[in-house]
Amino acid sequence: MTTSNYATERETTEGRVFTVTGGDWDTIVSGTDPINDERIVVNMGPQHPSTHGVLRLILELEGETVREARSVVGYLHTGIEKNLEYRNWVQGSTFVTRMDYLAPIFNETAYALAVEKLLGITDDITERATTIRVLMMELNRISSHLVWLATTGMELGAISIMLYGFREREYILDIFETITGLRMNHAYVRPGGVAQDVPDAAIVKIREFLKMMPKKLKEYEDLLSGQPIWTERTKNVAVLDVTGCLALGVTGPVLRSAGLAWDLRKTMPYCGYETYEFDVPTHPDGDVWGRYLVRLAEIRESMKLVEQALDRLKPGPVMVADRKIAWPAQLAIGVDGMGNSLEHVAKIMGQSMESLIHHFKLVTEGFRVPPGQVYVGIESPRGELGVHAVSDGGTRPYRVHYREPSFVNLQALPAMAEGGLIADVIAGGASLDPVMGGCDR
Amino acid sequence: MSDKPNDGGVPLPVVPAGATGGAPAEFPPASPAGRGMFGNHGSGDVSGYGGLVRQRQPIEETPRPYGGYFDEVRDALEEAYPHFGDAIEKVVVDRGELTLHVRPERIAEVCQVMRDDLALRFELCSSVSGVDYLGADERRLHVIYQLTSMTYRRRVRLEAAVSAEAPHLPSVTAVYPTADWQEREAYDMFGIVFDGHPNLTRILMPDDWEGHPQRKDYPLGGVAVEYKGAEIPPPDRRRSYQ
Repeated sequence: MTTSNYATERETTEGRVFTVTGGDWDTIVSGTDPINDERIVVNMGPQHPSTHGVLRLILELEGETVREARSVVGYLHTGIEKNLEYRNWVQGSTFVTRMDYLAPIFNETAYALAVEKLLGITDDITERATTIRVLMMELNRISSHLVWLATTGMELGAISIMLYGFREREYILDIFETITGLRMNHAYVRPGGVAQDVPDAAIVKIREFLKMMPKKLKEYEDLLSGQPIWTERTKNVAVLDVTGCLALGVTGPVLRSAGLAWDLRKTMPYCGYETYEFDVPTHPDGDVWGRYLVRLAEIRESMKLVEQALDRLKPGPVMVADRKIAWPAQLAIGVDGMGNSLEHVAKIMGQSMESLIHHFKLVTEGFRVPPGQVYVGIESPRGELGVHAVSDGGTRPYRVHYREPSFVNLQALPAMAEGGLIADVIAGGASLDPVMGGCDR
Repeated sequence: MSDKPNDGGVPLPVVPAGATGGAPAEFPPASPAGRGMFGNHGSGDVSGYGGLVRQRQPIEETPRPYGGYFDEVRDALEEAYPHFGDAIEKVVVDRGELTLHVRPERIAEVCQVMRDDLALRFELCSSVSGVDYLGADERRLHVIYQLTSMTYRRRVRLEAAVSAEAPHLPSVTAVYPTADWQEREAYDMFGIVFDGHPNLTRILMPDDWEGHPQRKDYPLGGVAVEYKGAEIPPPDRRRSYQ
């Protein structure tokens, strides 16, 4: 497969050795004449503070106008989908949570919903577990949108909004830490329910957060909405209409900012979203400004949902009753992090041999999932997050594919950037809110 | 196991004659062979569990009526697409989801009709991906298309199977431009070639990578890790349940 584009290779006694000499750069620029041609090719990234992650952009410029833009992804590919095939179904949650690291709860919930659908236990999930999932997802949506606001602000030169956005996001991460034991990569939503119940301390914190947040949102708007630089940089920039969005598969806030109120929570409800009261904000213009307004409005809608979920939180089990699926241990947070509660360990080690055997079998072998395939789509902060899960009847996933909104949405970048100014590539790319960990998986 | 080359340089325990390590790497998950429950053979196990064989049930056509909107979708496609009988191999309804198994040569045509017919209107192609059914299907590489109709709020899955020897089928990028990167990913991971794709190159793996990592006969790889004095083999070389 070696052509002149690639690093030259030679065989040695140590194995094959590659000589890296600058990759494909010569090939890319060879088509342009630097003296008589106004076009220059600029390589942006993969390590660039404004590309919103390890994303590489190859831009062909004519003056300051972008004539062609190509994105190169894959720098964060970690083979999560392949790895899942070598772990049991429950262990899968710890892997998928690491894909889109700004929206871990969504990755986990989509995975859990898919496994539950394969098992045929969708209707057995307890009400409290579902309500906790909604609560966690909406808090996560707020924190993800806050990071979007923070990083986009920074990329367009508004440094203070970055500090504020990350500050408020930290508050949500604190709540997550109280509930799951971890700030990120929680593995909290598991097939069958959630790993453990929400402690009362977390409820107090969430209430405080809900009280504090409206003021902060007002602050953000005061900082940005009337700000002439911000409006100049975002209005009529990187426009993508509904037709373009649908053709390129773009979903989520970007599609809604073009005017189509397509939100899976409303249109194909899951987790009981049809019983909650909330609106789907849209904007007619399909520009970066619209995406900013839609995301801010979505934070407000999510807060409504969190409030409703809190009110619905009635005591009850957070795992399915089926002991063949639910892990027997109650997890507890000890000095060294989350683990089996000491009472449970004392019981299985001291009193009940059967419990010990059952625990051992379920943890080492896992449960079996009837053969078949399902597709589950949920509305993540970036759009439709889909999980296609295939089982061959064993204790491990046969194949799990993530339809990652970051990956699909990034395809729209050339459509947004070509013909515009180079500065607007940054605004357009940021407005898609790609998370490369999710994109490359 | 002891006579196998050992990549990680891990000293493996001596295994009794006739027994195997039980590591998944020795038994690719799709191997249809009976292999017992614990991966050991000929060790004098009289419990019978060592002889368990997992049956692979062939996917069967679902008889009509399917229920829900599935009948309407099938009827609409049958009416709008003259080659329906030739193109659709099987219609399967399972777990509340409709799967149309499509002859690979026809996939782009079927997508075109699915998108354009007024009674179907599958405007959005949510996902394109692959699955490798090694050992279970002659045409082992399956391409999965998840279509979404925003007008009718419906979902349909199209599945096209190709063999690893001739992994060709038409690209649907002309119908759904969003399939561009997703087909590239399926090519990268499974080696499925989408004819007519504008730029079918690797997308997640480096350009000069050899092999297609998501295929079932491609090993997971990995190195052994030392933890508190003990060597832990990589995941596909650990003993585990089958």
